[in-house]
Amino acid sequence: MWNEEIETMPRQDLEELQLKKLQSTVKRAFNEIPYYNKKYSEAEVFPEDIETLKDIEKLPFITKDDLRESYPFGLFAVDMSEIKELHSSSGTTGKPVVSGYTEKDLDTWAETIARGLTMMGIGEDDILQNTHGYGMFTGGFGVHYGSHKVGAAIIPISTGQTRRQIEIMQDFGSTGLIFTPSYGIHLGEVALEDGIDPKELGIKAIGFGAEMWTEEIRQRVEEIFGAKAYNIYGLTELMGPGVGVECEAQKGLHIAEDIYYPEIIDPNTQETLGENQKGELVLTNLEREGMPVIRFRTKDLTKLTYEKCECGRTHARMSRITGRSDDMIKVKGVAIFPSQIEKALLKAGDVEPHYLIIVTRPGTLDEIEVKVEASKDIFFDGVKEMMAVQNKIGKSIENETGIRVKVTLVEPKTLPRFEGKAKRVIDERNLH
Amino acid sequence: MKIKQLSIFLQNRMGSLAKPLEVLTVADVNIRAMCMADTSEFGILRLVVDNPEKGKEALEQNNFLVKMTEIIGVEMNDAPGGLTSVLNTIKDNNIDLEYLYAFTHDKKDKAILLLHTDDIDRLINVLNENNITIVPSEEVYNL
Repeated sequence: MWNEEIETMPRQDLEELQLKKLQSTVKRAFNEIPYYNKKYSEAEVFPEDIETLKDIEKLPFITKDDLRESYPFGLFAVDMSEIKELHSSSGTTGKPVVSGYTEKDLDTWAETIARGLTMMGIGEDDILQNTHGYGMFTGGFGVHYGSHKVGAAIIPISTGQTRRQIEIMQDFGSTGLIFTPSYGIHLGEVALEDGIDPKELGIKAIGFGAEMWTEEIRQRVEEIFGAKAYNIYGLTELMGPGVGVECEAQKGLHIAEDIYYPEIIDPNTQETLGENQKGELVLTNLEREGMPVIRFRTKDLTKLTYEKCECGRTHARMSRITGRSDDMIKVKGVAIFPSQIEKALLKAGDVEPHYLIIVTRPGTLDEIEVKVEASKDIFFDGVKEMMAVQNKIGKSIENETGIRVKVTLVEPKTLPRFEGKAKRVIDERNLH
Repeated sequence: MKIKQLSIFLQNRMGSLAKPLEVLTVADVNIRAMCMADTSEFGILRLVVDNPEKGKEALEQNNFLVKMTEIIGVEMNDAPGGLTSVLNTIKDNNIDLEYLYAFTHDKKDKAILLLHTDDIDRLINVLNENNITIVPSEEVYNL
């Protein structure tokens, strides 16, 4: 265990620690950040009202939209001179969400990943190949800092260049891999095509995350590489990967509870739910200097258990994410909202905003098909012209989302019409 | 002289022709000639009918995407080489044809060739200059 004292702390002690940290976080947020000051004053709830952990329920939620409105630095609690690093969420609508980190925050982040890598059995003797993208996306650097902390040798190869990835695995003798499940399966298949059995590569452990997956996908990854695969969960808004990581028991992800306070709510009534009840995960930073985020609605659906794990850790475990309470879809690790597709259609010309997004996973990689109703303005009596229209829409969507999609023009009025909230996405990947 | 053709957008899937044809049946619109341009995903159904305006209206009322396009009908010899000689004349005059289709009817030894190009007026001139018979639109509607 990386931090046995904290990770196995009796729950009562842990909760006392959480309360102390929550009180100081709320107080600091209220005093230092105008957003919280205004919002809490309006709700007539003040730092001194937090007397027990349960009192957190008095505080209003914060959403991605709130964070976006504070773009770029509106939620920072410290002066820029204290900020050491900036990250930003990927592929979302409108303004992205910016996350700022002080020196201590980077260390806290690394601590959570270090605990996770240790759960996976990765330590100073290991060589960790990190295929998460390095850049504004938190996946790459989060793992990087954690790896430094445990003393493993990190290979910051980033995503792509699949054949080079395999060559490096062979030549450098990588013992740990970090990837998204679909990219991992792709890596394995390319290796097999080239006559290399990934099982022979000597991989000890795999950490994966950044997209939804099923138990079958995990088994597939484990079979291909002959190594255990562990789920890593996190969000840029709260810090990055490392909010929760699976231990060797693979029975849920341990949330670093001294650093993040988890709640489950009913996404409709917003009421807090109990242990083992499925709902939306709400997270609070207990240990963040640069940008404390309090009661963030993740929109991710899961459930929590507080039962002591067979590994000996006492921190709560969340089950793998089984869905979203909004219409965001994650494809190839990139978050996409239907509103982005809508924006792209409008940019592509006079395209009617009647569309349907169909996500499938025919082999191992995700595919998106966007069905768009043809209209008078984009109908020409020539196949060439119609193909050009399709391509133009496809390019526009790619510009907006960063993802290549298949565009299919369909006859007018053949897509379902909705009263009220439209259902724009059909996810046929069976990830639930 | 120009024939009004109906171009209809259809998805390429089983049975997608049935609905527009049924609409035309109900509207009592008769098809004189047809052709289909298709890709793996969609197709464009092109029809010459006896009453193009009525046909268009009926199809649009049933939510079909219809465009009225102009094409030219040419009379050619219903004998080997008949099509080639017309096409050679068009090619020699550097006119790019988008598509064409042809059919025979009860006029003995003659067939009708339907042509579409972006430069329809120049096509008419070229045909006239080369003494190729252009079929009046009414004749095609009322075959």
